[in-house]
Amino acid sequence: MSNLLSGAKILLNCLAAENVDCIFGYPGGVTLPLYDAMYDDPVKHVLVRHEQNAAFAAQGYARATGKVGVCCATSGPGATNLVTGLVDAMMDSIPIVALTGQVSSKLMGSDAFQEADTFGITRSATKHNFLVKNIADLPQVIHEAFYIAASGRPGPVLVDVTKDAFQGQAHYTPVKEIHLPGYRVFSEGHGGQIRRAAQMMWEAERPYIYAGGGIIAANASAELKALAEALDVPVVCTLMGLGGLAAEHRNFVSMPGMHGSYAANMGMSHADLLIALGVRFDDRVTGRLSAFAPHAKVIHVDIDPAEVGKNRQADLPIVGNVKRVLPKLVAELEALAPTMKAKNTAARAAWWKQIRDWKEQHPLTAETSATEIKPQHLMAEIDRLSGGRAIVASDVGQHQMWAAQLIRFNEPRLWINSGGLGSMGFGLPAAIGAQFARPDKLVFAIVGDGGFQMSIPELATIVNHSLPIKIVVMNNGYLGMVRQWQELFYNNRLSEVALSSFPDVEKLAAAYGFKGRTVDSVQEMPSALRDAVNEPGPYLLNVKVAPFENVYPMVPAGGAINEMVLRPPQPVEV
Amino acid sequence: MQQIVSLLVENKPGALMRVTGLFSQRGYNIESLTVARTLDPTLSRMTITVDVEQSVRGQVIKQMNKLINVLQAADVTDGPAVNRELVLVRIRMNQQTRTAVLKEAEIFGARVVDSTTEGFCLEATGDPEKLDEFIDVMRSYGEIEATRSGIVSVSLDNKKLRLSPPIPRGAAPEEALELQNAE
Repeated sequence: MSNLLSGAKILLNCLAAENVDCIFGYPGGVTLPLYDAMYDDPVKHVLVRHEQNAAFAAQGYARATGKVGVCCATSGPGATNLVTGLVDAMMDSIPIVALTGQVSSKLMGSDAFQEADTFGITRSATKHNFLVKNIADLPQVIHEAFYIAASGRPGPVLVDVTKDAFQGQAHYTPVKEIHLPGYRVFSEGHGGQIRRAAQMMWEAERPYIYAGGGIIAANASAELKALAEALDVPVVCTLMGLGGLAAEHRNFVSMPGMHGSYAANMGMSHADLLIALGVRFDDRVTGRLSAFAPHAKVIHVDIDPAEVGKNRQADLPIVGNVKRVLPKLVAELEALAPTMKAKNTAARAAWWKQIRDWKEQHPLTAETSATEIKPQHLMAEIDRLSGGRAIVASDVGQHQMWAAQLIRFNEPRLWINSGGLGSMGFGLPAAIGAQFARPDKLVFAIVGDGGFQMSIPELATIVNHSLPIKIVVMNNGYLGMVRQWQELFYNNRLSEVALSSFPDVEKLAAAYGFKGRTVDSVQEMPSALRDAVNEPGPYLLNVKVAPFENVYPMVPAGGAINEMVLRPPQPVEV
Repeated sequence: MQQIVSLLVENKPGALMRVTGLFSQRGYNIESLTVARTLDPTLSRMTITVDVEQSVRGQVIKQMNKLINVLQAADVTDGPAVNRELVLVRIRMNQQTRTAVLKEAEIFGARVVDSTTEGFCLEATGDPEKLDEFIDVMRSYGEIEATRSGIVSVSLDNKKLRLSPPIPRGAAPEEALELQNAE
């Protein structure tokens, strides 16, 4: 007669109201009531094999679409296993909502079975977190969680729900409004500042756009393109911003930073105006901060006021959403164009010529060899098959840097990687989330032999759902990035970086019921990749690459970004 | 240097943990912290003194403002504000100096809140520097124990409290933004 529902059912109704179509999770003791309610709920639940991967998969889903990804775990170990994925989402500003079960409110604080202080543990791992002990609070909290995760600077939000809140019964009234009086989102940008920024842009002789993950998060690629074209300015996209401007766009330079290109870093170091859009001046981009972009004035547009002036003082700060600010900037530029556009024509032309020269002097081209598979060669082949259109989910390490350097992304939300936290084991589960979100897309999971072994259990998830993910293991038998640093900075004392006993992937894939293959011949590598892509289902391709190849260019830690090491030290003749 | 931060915080579980956690996470060293309900029982006022470089003072306020339970964060170091602290001093001294101690207490405007044959318990309020002096003077008379409350501050500025209005659930992001920015 009435709409008396369990807390679990109310929660699922709230998820439906948020248009959640997919949850990545793992059940347990205190979430039993929730999973019981899920039994006859239309929402799709994807059973992962480890909670950390539920958080990574939810991120893959969110990164591929911009929608809020959802993951779910039980109390205690389930919740603690989520933590890496939450911090990862926090660092990269990815909107996910994590639902965790908590022991009954009456048992809380008694060291009950599978009790952990999830609320306390995840305080710094989330943008905000909630503990729900009372069923009456549940609907409001769930909707607030989604709103906080997706709005402003996106991020992870965790909702910890006690078992008695799941089990209790209450009348469900859909939530009409969200009231978070202390939560402010600054989106519009200050009109006067925008006008001054436009003026600075026309006045600059060597302007340079430094675009980051904020462009992707705000779905502001079109707006970035319009600005780049209105000003005809070179654009670099950070590791988090790749695809923000299409790689094929004539204004795109490449990625800056520790493993950025020569041209991108030289451009940063010589620009007289840095137009920083949705970036946070991360140490992997700036190198030694005091030597970063020493000649440049900085216009910094960011939605998070705390990022503006955090690492580098902005000469002109604009707090706002790039999606809203950039069109206004373009309008101001156009209004000023008749009087100002022609001002620095010669200097601008010289600047462009300089950028092109740098690009030609040290291009990012993939090395190949006739006798072994260079990892760069592998990335170039993946790039050829992708044509700038495939989703590439990467793990963390050398392969990640080569992929970022050499695979083109002509759309946003194709490049999915753990940028800020650098979590190994991210690539494969993120690919799962991305493939669920974008069944129409070709999805590569590019992983190293280290990270792959952290995510092997998820092969079962892939097979369960017949996800046609192309897993490419760039196998050099080492934890390559750590080894690279040991070679360069620790006298080549290779300590605990050799990964022997890698499984036979053909057998491994067969054990899970799909196809796999190892390729170590450079002649066969391209066709092996093609076969993997042509396979209708999942495919595990283990590519044995040259073991001692290192990533260049490289800015040594603490170096200025124009002090790049461009190639490995060469043997000296004696 | 010392920065005094005044926070208006929603009285919700975990709010104090969020504030103190963020301070330690960002490496800001808390020197004192007071917290109590305001006239509106759903809100708390926190006064926090923190030891930070001059250059990160702005960052401290911005980070506090990012907390969803923080309604307002203000830097009241350079006023206009009144900053006060309370100290309770237990002093044990010999009988001969009792009168002298009471005289000194009077100079500092301190009250006797407990008196025994062994000594007094004195209560003084004032700005922190004055209390430093009070403690120093008392120490010269005997063995003391002091408990300080930490600074409480009230801003003399008429800063308007800007709060976000309610937003219809499921509003398109654009719509929500417009509502937020209306005013």
